[in-house]
Amino acid sequence: MTYAPGDPVVVKNDWPETRGPVHIRTPHYLRGHKGQILRYLGDHPNPEDLAFARPAAKHPLYHVTFPMNELWPEGRANDELVVELYEHWLERP
Amino acid sequence: MTLIETDGEDLLAAIRKLLVAKNLVTEAEIAERQQATDNASPGQGAKMVARAWTDPAYKALMLEDGTKAAEAMNIPMRGMPPLGVLENSDEVHNLIVCTLCSCYPRAVLGYPPFWYKSAAYRSRAVRDPRGLLGEFRTTLPDTVKIHVVDSTADYRWMVLPKRPAGTEGWSVEQLAAIVREGDMVGVTVPSV
Repeated sequence: MTYAPGDPVVVKNDWPETRGPVHIRTPHYLRGHKGQILRYLGDHPNPEDLAFARPAAKHPLYHVTFPMNELWPEGRANDELVVELYEHWLERP
Repeated sequence: MTLIETDGEDLLAAIRKLLVAKNLVTEAEIAERQQATDNASPGQGAKMVARAWTDPAYKALMLEDGTKAAEAMNIPMRGMPPLGVLENSDEVHNLIVCTLCSCYPRAVLGYPPFWYKSAAYRSRAVRDPRGLLGEFRTTLPDTVKIHVVDSTADYRWMVLPKRPAGTEGWSVEQLAAIVREGDMVGVTVPSV
């Protein structure tokens, strides 16, 4: 586990679906956006491998929050998105 | 005959026999899971909510480990994804959605309502949560912070709604009777 609650993070601006068949659990609308670690949710087998019956290493999973106005032009600063994201999709800003 | 033309019942029976023959599961395990699926309904989640409203120790357990809290109510959780419970308060209102597919806490709420899987619900929940809540006749004060919880991965999330005023002294059975499935998804709030 690399990140602690309160740490700022950026979701990787990566689009593996443009390079071939994939199964990813990182919604497109979050990629490239800044958020904050809310809580650690344990280590879980990587669904990107599980979906293809490949051996799946465990990755830390976090609840990450994003202010709505970071995601949408009309979003309210006080409202938040809370999303489960795997550590390999997160970077330090 | 192709697979698509095969009778569904025959196909199911053949798959069950194969699963057992290959020692992947036993008939008893299939029956157990079938029973658990049949029993799962919003009434089970409502019982958990009513107990959390009247039993502080149970509420603490529920917010710490939803799976254990469900098991404490004899809800079978074996083989199910971990359950997380998020509390609504005067400051925060949680709304659950799965934008990628239709992840839903089936073990405690049963099958999702039809709108939960719709593209309209899934897209509007994350972009216009207050407008979407309005469609369910739910209006929140501007001071309440909405947490839209996009259920993307290993957990299944359920909302612990706020206990409504006017229910003081009610029994857990009376309380459970006013909790609807939408209250535990966060599109509505319990009222009396």
